[in-house]
Formats: sequence, structure tokens, C-alpha cells
Amino acid sequence: MRRIFEKAVKWLLTASGFVTSIVILLIIGFLFTEGAGLFKEKVIEEGYVLALNRENNVKELTAAQIKAIFDEDVTNWKEFGGPDMRIEPFRLEDADKLFTEEELGGQYENAGSLIASLIEAHPGMVAFVPESMIPKGANLNFIEDRSISPKEVFAGSEWFPTATPAPLFGMWPLLAGTLWVSLFAILFALPFGISIAVYMSEVASERVRGFLKPVIELLNGIPSVVYGFFGLIVIVPLLQQVFGLPVGESGLAGSIVLAIMALPTIVTVAEDAMRSCPRSLREASLALGATQWQTVYRVVIPSSMSGIASGVVLGIGRAVGETMAVLMVTGNAAAVPSSILEPLRTIPATIAAELGEAPAGGAHYQSLFLLGVILFFITFFINLCVEYISSRNKAKNS
Amino acid sequence: MNKIEAIDVNFYYGDFHALKGISMEIPQNKVVAFIGPSGCGKSTFLRLFNRMNDLIPGSRLQGRILIDGQDIYAPGGMEVDELRKNVGMVFQRPNPFPKSIFDNVAYGLRVNGIKDKEFIRQRVEESLRGAALWDEVKDKLNSSAYALSGGQQQRLCIARAMAISPSVLLMDEPASALDPISTAKVEELICELRNQVTIVIVTHNMQQASRVSDKTAFFYMGEMIEYDDTKVIFTNPHKEATQNYITGRFG
Amino acid sequence: MAIETFPKGYGARKRRSQKTAFGIFRGLSLFIVLVLFAILGFIIYRGAGVIDWTFLTEAPSDGMTSGGIFPAIIGTLLLMAGSAIVAFPVGIMSGIYMNEYASKSGWAVKFIRLMTNNLSGVPSIVFGLFGMALFVKYLGFGDSILAGSLTLGLLSLPLVIRTTEEALKDIPAGIREGSLALGASKLQTIWKVVLPMGMPRIITGLILSLGRVSGETAPILFTCAAYFFPQLPSSIFDQCMALPYHLYVISTSGTDIEAQQPIAYGTALVLIIIVLVINLLAGVLRKYFENRLKLK
Repeated sequence: MRRIFEKAVKWLLTASGFVTSIVILLIIGFLFTEGAGLFKEKVIEEGYVLALNRENNVKELTAAQIKAIFDEDVTNWKEFGGPDMRIEPFRLEDADKLFTEEELGGQYENAGSLIASLIEAHPGMVAFVPESMIPKGANLNFIEDRSISPKEVFAGSEWFPTATPAPLFGMWPLLAGTLWVSLFAILFALPFGISIAVYMSEVASERVRGFLKPVIELLNGIPSVVYGFFGLIVIVPLLQQVFGLPVGESGLAGSIVLAIMALPTIVTVAEDAMRSCPRSLREASLALGATQWQTVYRVVIPSSMSGIASGVVLGIGRAVGETMAVLMVTGNAAAVPSSILEPLRTIPATIAAELGEAPAGGAHYQSLFLLGVILFFITFFINLCVEYISSRNKAKNS
Repeated sequence: MNKIEAIDVNFYYGDFHALKGISMEIPQNKVVAFIGPSGCGKSTFLRLFNRMNDLIPGSRLQGRILIDGQDIYAPGGMEVDELRKNVGMVFQRPNPFPKSIFDNVAYGLRVNGIKDKEFIRQRVEESLRGAALWDEVKDKLNSSAYALSGGQQQRLCIARAMAISPSVLLMDEPASALDPISTAKVEELICELRNQVTIVIVTHNMQQASRVSDKTAFFYMGEMIEYDDTKVIFTNPHKEATQNYITGRFG
Repeated sequence: MAIETFPKGYGARKRRSQKTAFGIFRGLSLFIVLVLFAILGFIIYRGAGVIDWTFLTEAPSDGMTSGGIFPAIIGTLLLMAGSAIVAFPVGIMSGIYMNEYASKSGWAVKFIRLMTNNLSGVPSIVFGLFGMALFVKYLGFGDSILAGSLTLGLLSLPLVIRTTEEALKDIPAGIREGSLALGASKLQTIWKVVLPMGMPRIITGLILSLGRVSGETAPILFTCAAYFFPQLPSSIFDQCMALPYHLYVISTSGTDIEAQQPIAYGTALVLIIIVLVINLLAGVLRKYFENRLKLK
């Protein structure tokens, strides 16, 4: 009886041991299925077509080209390999201006044929209309619709997930925003982090260290919304004044807040590494007439380099994944930033800001999950780096 | 002429009275051995000569220690790094830096401001030769010091200490972690170095003390019981405690 | 044969550079302390006047421009409790497995540790996405306390596992051997000897993990948090308000910035107080247990 009980408990414990692994697999599974769905979605909004005049031989348009047409950034078909004609974009709403209510019919039942004849009369027209509206056998050309390609998503430089007729899911600005903010955050945090770690492990007395340690822990414990709130109320207006910006919400504001948030990780890990540098090495250096500072930068820091590197990489991981604080202070402009003083937008902030409004199962929703997949793999890769650095260090020490 | 002079030295770790009223004189270019049971204060006393105990929080020194007639603890006197440049030290366990063999030996030169590469190279070779290590490592100067055996590492540490030409070399049980063959090599080295430097060596091993030293001091419970020529200590000690210790009756 | 070529004045130079370097380090450390005090001080200064009994015990009113934050406090406490129910048993068992059962050099330990470390590095917003896909949509819990607690529980799992593992690792092997030698089974040894000895540190770690959960926003954005839900939840399938989300909402998408700013300061202060209390509690417990161990 007791043996069976012991066995059962052992199995239960073993099973709990694997829970984290299962969670990782589930995360990958769910994010992937949702995210990969994006590439099955069509470029043009579902149920709609882009209709052209018979004389227009343009067959294919990318989502970016469609957007350019309807934003009237491009005005001649020549640009897309078509005839030399002015482009006349037409949306369903325009029908109300061109035709009277009687002409259209109460149920819009006549709209289809009216629009069809309108297109036939205007060689340069492109109309964005529901597929069901177009009368059968209308003498029109249609833009061929195809699935969203990975290239437009990963290399695309425009993120307009709610644009019609064709939403743009170019993730490059978000990726760039994430990397910019994290990079600057680490650049700010690094000198502080290493200095504080050196100070705590090499210079400070036990009493001062006993005071600094809880300060760093507390800094780590403050919720990210509170950092975001503080950033919004204090740092953003400050930056706006100092740099004379039109808006204070900027990449820089995000970097500063992130730097404070990544600091505890860097300090804790780097300090641990430096404290574990053997006393005998310090004594050897001091006995040769080196000052304490020479000992630190010639012996202690080089010999704890891998620990310091782990701390920095973990700090980067924390910065890359941070959501709320960044969401609150970076201004969320989805354009590739040309300067850190401009508003920008990161991957986590995009997910947090848009998932609530994206209809479940749609392309926008799926694209946000795809962003989640990217984020997951960035941090997964970062963690593998940390594991690699510390395992190499273990091997070296043994 | 006396190289080192200790005058009524008392040393405390917090409340613990570790060294009690020790006075001694160490002549130039002699080897002096400190012997005594564990915890008798001999290592603590040794580490006072290069102010290594400064690092221990709560420690306190009374009395004076003079090297070349200069009080090394005098406030506003000698800087501690200048002192240590002149007073080298070899530790109980080999403690090479995780650097190349070359960089280990060059370390002392570099931290004391020498930048001339050719001079450093020359000095590294001389020191390694002086430590009888040159032939073993001359082809792998750039490989890690950790690739050497324990005995080789300890000789590397001696070469490292000697590279900056100190006039005093402190050795804290330098052979206690080594096998007998490596120990013999280190002892041989000590005998060769005695012409260049004044050596103070702490040892557990009485044969070692009698083999390498000119004078021997016996420590017990924080006091220096007896200090005399090594021959006298080992053949005809004046104190009973010394007699008991060297004949192995305690300790 | 002292070296005559040591550069003159180098000693003074290197001592000066040490002074400069350490001075800089001291300055930067002091600066960070000031940053912390600035953040805390600012929020305490602006928030202290807001907090009173009404603020803590009443629901928001007038389009969240007045009233209190009672439902958000309760919601956060519920989520903390819920995540504890999810994470503590599994996490502690997992930690016991890692330290007591799995062979130290086997593939299982290495693999689990890798996965646990990876999970602890997964950004909280990814947990939010995952919780939404699995709990809200796939399992059909909807936006609910249940889904929020599960998501937050999984998020705090790695911390609980690591805490348990580290607490047990420091218990000397001799103590286990002593118990086994008396004829106790492995399970009895763990239950009667190992766990009680490790408990102080485990509890300290659990408290800190609760602190982390209390401030998380991203994971509950899409799994649980309600913009405005003035009555208290009646079941675990209800949505609830939560302090961090409430702070986010009223400081970014409020309807009346002027009127809502005091509420934001008050909410931030309550959050900070929770974190402070939890850190303090963990610190006090650590000291207490350390002293008790010393007395033994």
C-alpha cells in the first residue's frame, strides 16, 4: 500500500517537473497556429473585389500598391505596368455622391449594375466593391487576389492593419522600433549597471551594500505600469521641454524607462559574477602592487566576463519583451524611426494596443499572434545565448 | 643589516588577540622560516609585512613594522601599492590569473606602469628562467596558465612575483598543496633566490624549514616563543615548547 | 637588483585613476538610489492625499472620474490568490522533483531547467496572447478570473520552481542520509525533514512571486481585466477589474484627464504600497528565519 502511494507521488512529481516544458510547447503550438493563419488570408479584404475597366490590363497589385492607389499617392496606371491613364479610385461610399437614392434602390439592389456601367465608362477606374454586388457577366477585369506572402510581412515597411481595401502587415517598423528602444535602453543601463555592480561588489562596505541591495530589489519589484505612469507624467514632458519636441512620447522616453527597468537584472547578475571571483586572484593582483581598481578591471572583470555578459543579455531580453511601460511612453507611431526622438512602436506594445480591437480570427488578429511568435523566438534565442554563455563558463571553471 | 624590523606588534581580529607583542629582526638576503601549529598566528604575521591584512574588516594593528628602516604602516607614509611592489608574495595555493602564461608574468610590470614591450618580454623570460620554468613553457607562452600542472603553476607564481624584482619575498606555505617532486623544485628555487631577495617563508613542514632557512621563528598561540639560527632551533632550542614542537610531541 | 625603470609618478597616477573611477561608481550608484526615491517620493507625495477610506472602499463612479478603486483592489487580490492556487502546488512539486528525484546529471534535469529558464524569459505579453488563445478561446472560459489566474499562474511558475529548488539545494545531503538511515522512506524524508527545513526560503520566494503577479498588466489585458466593472465578481467566470490595468486605463485613455489624474496617483500609490509591503514582509521573514536557524 505504502509502496504504491510512494510510486504514485513520484509520478505526480515527475509530471509536475515537465509542466514548464509542456507550457512552452503549448505556447509555440497556439501562437503558431494562430499566427501562421495570416499567410492563408487574402490580400484584399474578404468578400470584396477590385474591379477594372476591360481596357486596363493590370492583373496583379500588391497590398502596398493598392494602398497607394486609394490614398491617391500614385495617380497613373503606367506606374504599375498598365496603360498611360489617370487612376480613378472608387469606393462604395462614393456611389451615394454619384447617384440618387432612387437610382440605387432602397436595398442598393441597382448599385451593382450602375457601378459596372460606371467602370465601363471610365477606363482608368478601379472600384472596391463587394463581390456579391457585381452583376453576373459584367464586362469587367478583376485584380487577381492571392494570399499574403511572408515577404510582404517580414520585409514590408508599412504597418496599416486596418487599411481598406488591403491591410498592410509589414512588421519591419515594429521590429525596428523594438530593437531601437532596447538598444538605447541597454546603452543607458550598461554603464550604470556595471558601475553599480562594481561598486556593490568591490568598493562599498557591507553596510552600504546592505542598503543598496534592497534598493535594487525594489526597483525590480515596481510594476511596469507604475514605471509607465511615472514616465508619462514626468519623463515625457521633461523630454519635450529639453529637446523642444512636438510630442514628448518618443523612443527616447521608452529607452529611459526601459533602462531603469533592465538595470536590476544587470546589476544582480553581474554583481553575483564578480563576487564569485576568487579572493585568491584578488590577493595575487594586490600583492603585485596593483591598486584595487587595477585589480578590478584587469582581473575581476575579465574573469567574471561571462556572468556580466549573461546579465546584459538578460537585461536585453527584459527590455525587448517589456510591454506596458513602453506602450505608455513611446507614442506608438508605426513608422520606421529615423531618430530616437521620434515616436515609435514596439512589438509588445502593438500587440497590447491592437489585440483588443482586432476581430478574432481575422487577418489583423492573426498578424498580432505572428508578432507574438516573433517576440517569443527573439527572447527564446536570447535565453539560449545566456544558457550557452553560462554553460561554457561552467566548463571553463571545472 | 636588518631588512625587516617588527617592534612590539599586537594584532587583533575584532576581539580576538591574534598576535601578542612580537618583536623581531630579519636580516637582509637571508631566508627566515616561521613554524608553529595551525592558528598560531604565523601566517597573520607574515601578511602584515605587505599589509595584506588591511583587507580584513575589523582588524587592528598596534606596534610598528619597518622595512628598510621605514614604517610601512605610518599614516601618510608609504603607499600600500609601493610597498607591495617591493614586497612580493607567493600564496599557499597556486593562484595564477586566468590569462596566458606570458600575461601572468608580465602582470606586475604592467600594473606598475611599464609599457616597453621589448623590456617586458625580456623580463618575462628572465623571471621564468629564474623560476626554472622557461624550458617547460617557452613554446606555449600564450596558452592559458591553467593548462600547467600544480607544481608548474606555483613556480609560475614565483616567477610572477620575482618579475618586478622585489627586495623581500613572502611565501605562505608555498609547497603545502604540491606533490613531493614539485616541493623539491620549489625548495631548490628558494635556495637559488636567497642571493637576490630576503625571503620569509611560513611552513608546516619542519624538514622544509631546516632545509631552506637560515633562521627560524617558532610561534605558538599568537606569541613568538623562540627565534634563532635554524641550526640552534632544530638542534638545541632554549624553550621547552619549541623542543616539544620540533620533536613532534604536539601540533 | 631593483628595477630602475619603473616610471616615476605612475603610482600617483594609478591611485588618482582609482579615486576617479570609484568616485564615478559611487556617484552613479547614488544617482540610482535617488531615481528610486524620486519615483517613490513623487507617487507618495501626489497620491497620499487621494487615499482615504472612501477611495479604498467604494467603486468608481461618474465615468470613473470620482469614487474609489475597491473593485480593482479586490480583483487584484483575487488574481493573486488564483495564480497562487495554480502555481504554488505545481511549482513546489516540480522543484521537489528537480532537486530530490531527478538525477542531477541526467537529460531530464538539463532539459527541464532549460525550459524553465526559457519560460521565465517569455515576455508577459506573450503569456497574454497564449492565455487568450488557450483559456479564453480554445477552452471557452471567456474573459474571466479563471483565465486570468491560469495565465498569471503559468507566468509565475518558473519563479516558484527556482525558489523551491534553490531552497532545497542548500539543505546538506547528510540530513537526508540521516533520516533515510533511520528507516524513513524517501517520501517521509522529504515530507518530514527536507520540506520543513526548506520552507522558510520557499515561503519567502512565494511571497515575492505574489508581488510580481500583483503588478502584471499585459497577461490580463485580454484574459480577464475589465475596463469598468463596479460590482464585485460573483464567480470565477466573471471578469474583474485589477489595479495595474485600472492605472493604465485611467492614465492613458481616460475621459477626463483633469479629474482622473488624482485617481491615477492614488492607484499607483496603492500598487506601490502592495509591492513595498510584500518586499518588506519577505525581508522580515528572511531575517526571522535566519535568526531562528542560528539559534538552533
